[in-house]
Amino acid sequence: MKSKLPIYFLLFAMLALFLGMFFGMTASFQYLMPEFIKEYVPFSKLRPFHVTSVISWIVLSATGCIYFFLTYVEKFKIFSPFLVKLHFIIFLLTGIAIYFSFAFDYTKGREYFAFYPVLMIPILLGWVLFGINYFKTLYKNVKGWPVYYWMWGTGIVFMCYHLMEAHFWLFDFFRLNFIKDFSVQWKSTGSFTGSWNMLVYGISIYLMSKIKKDSNVATNKMAFFFYFLGLTNLMFGWAHHTYLVPTQPWIRYVAYGISMTEWIVLASIIYNWKRSVLKVEKENHPMAYRFLLATDLWIFINIIIALLFSIPAINYYTHGTHITVAHSMGTTIGINTTILFSALFFIAHHLYPDFETDKKWVKRGFISFNISLFIFCVSLFIAGGMRSYWMYVSKEGSFSEMQDSLIPYYISFFVFGIGIFVSLLVVALPIFKLFLQKIKV
Amino acid sequence: MITNSKPYILSIAILILLFSVYNYIVYNTEGYVAVEKLSPVAVEGQQLFQSNRCWSCHQLYGLGGYLGPDLTNVYSEKNKGPLYIKAFLNSGVKSMPQFNFSEQEKLALVEYLKQVDETGIYPNYNAKIEATGWVKIKYRNEE
Ligand code: HEC
Ligand code: HEM
Repeated sequence: MKSKLPIYFLLFAMLALFLGMFFGMTASFQYLMPEFIKEYVPFSKLRPFHVTSVISWIVLSATGCIYFFLTYVEKFKIFSPFLVKLHFIIFLLTGIAIYFSFAFDYTKGREYFAFYPVLMIPILLGWVLFGINYFKTLYKNVKGWPVYYWMWGTGIVFMCYHLMEAHFWLFDFFRLNFIKDFSVQWKSTGSFTGSWNMLVYGISIYLMSKIKKDSNVATNKMAFFFYFLGLTNLMFGWAHHTYLVPTQPWIRYVAYGISMTEWIVLASIIYNWKRSVLKVEKENHPMAYRFLLATDLWIFINIIIALLFSIPAINYYTHGTHITVAHSMGTTIGINTTILFSALFFIAHHLYPDFETDKKWVKRGFISFNISLFIFCVSLFIAGGMRSYWMYVSKEGSFSEMQDSLIPYYISFFVFGIGIFVSLLVVALPIFKLFLQKIKV
Repeated sequence: MITNSKPYILSIAILILLFSVYNYIVYNTEGYVAVEKLSPVAVEGQQLFQSNRCWSCHQLYGLGGYLGPDLTNVYSEKNKGPLYIKAFLNSGVKSMPQFNFSEQEKLALVEYLKQVDETGIYPNYNAKIEATGWVKIKYRNEE
């Protein structure tokens, strides 16, 4: 019998998503009513809960998908089933410890890793175990890796490195030097994002090659070219987050140069538009196919936006506003979450070929998800634009007056945030039940 | 189709080598404006800034959460400064919680914000946008 652990990873990932979105909604409500429940759960408590939960959704579901693909789809004999179990148990216990540390304010850490810094040790250990199992399994089973195996391997290795780098501030060598410390902190979070993107984008290429039944998409030279482009950006592109931090200018020149190579990605998307995912054979995987289609659209929108802000002259105005949040959530929801949902549908079909993935309500949820996300991001964009206008053009009125004038956009942010939450819940529930059923039998 | 992995392994090795050199240099590069190291009191202030998650509502150099204002230069801004900062810490306006800091803790937070303030300016209006898309920014040492 095959191990059910990949399914456990996916179930916990979905739980983290639901909880995370719930915290996000409660947090965004405080944009409307700043004094609401602030005594009990201030925004500063909800934000780490939200961000850490939704990032855990991405990372845990990517991990579960990779374990699933290796053992169920490729049918490899995993190097050590025991290590998978250990990995899961460590992450489960650490996850609980993180929630406790947030709930009782043991939050000595920094943004994205606010929990007590010791908890980084078990997290790292989990990644190392994953890495050992991953490389050992593939080394034995596959000669000449398609690009997604490279991407997953890279994601795991760089995840370990950047999780450590995010805690270099614990050493005085960094900490006493504010600008160096601060830029290394944002370097690490930028590349941390790049690392999970390696895992998730690898999944999208895997899905395309499986749904199309065409392995060429993962072995041709172009696929590898884009992998290397992505890796270069992961390593050297981070400093476009810190153009306005007074680091040495050469760091920023390098980041500007490297970031601009992403125009090639945009050009290739436009060039390949017709040839890419649209040709996918969709009879067996209608929802997996639809989610990948949505991914295409959101990549297109987000990459244009991201490329524009990577130009310092534009970044100067957009930095430090909600436009950044629109970009973070636009990409983590629009790109990462859609790819992962596509994978969940693919997996559901693989487990139960008779399971009808495109039920009427699921299709409706899918459509309202995309519409909600669009308006959600546009609201943040307008709010960010107005904040930028206040910062750089009018320079008039107090901060709180500016905030008050943004309330209409915060209302629509909140309302369509609920839209995203409900839509994803509708889409996810049938899969969640299916997975529960799977672990029971 | 089986891919030939050798060229890819070589490319990765080269990238990792470059990355190591690059990291070494970045980790040994100081900020653009020469400043003192954080004092022990300022480090204590930074820890309070983290433990109380001030960063989830406030930004430094535009990075952080967005419910509150940026604090990079709150120490030196006109009409603001140490007393102003302490007043906010005492009262908790709007969504900002009311903290019960001791006098010493308040001093530490103020000291931290003072030292942050010395490292540069944000938002910086002394900026020139160039045709290449680059922004040339001037700091206090270049007036
Ligand atoms: C829950 C969100 C939140 C948290 C947490 C928070 N603040 Fe604030 N803070 C605000 C808001 C909102 C304002 C603006 C209030 C206004 O002007 O209406 C503010 C204002 C300030 C100001 C005045 C800034 C200015 O330019 O007028 C200072 C200084 C400040 N906070 C320091 C801190 C420190 C230090 C901490 C951590 C100990 C902290 N805050 C935690 C929300 C928060
Ligand atoms: C799949 C679901 C979601 C993902 C992956 C996600 C991801 C993120 C990320 C990565 C951030 C950090 C942004 C940054 O630091 O720049 C963030 C912030 C935030 N998100 Fe979400 N999010 C999701 C859903 C939601 C929903 C449904 C809401 C509800 C309205 C919400 C409300 C918020 C709020 C209020 C912030 C803080 C913004 C600030 O700092 O001012 N999110 N989210």
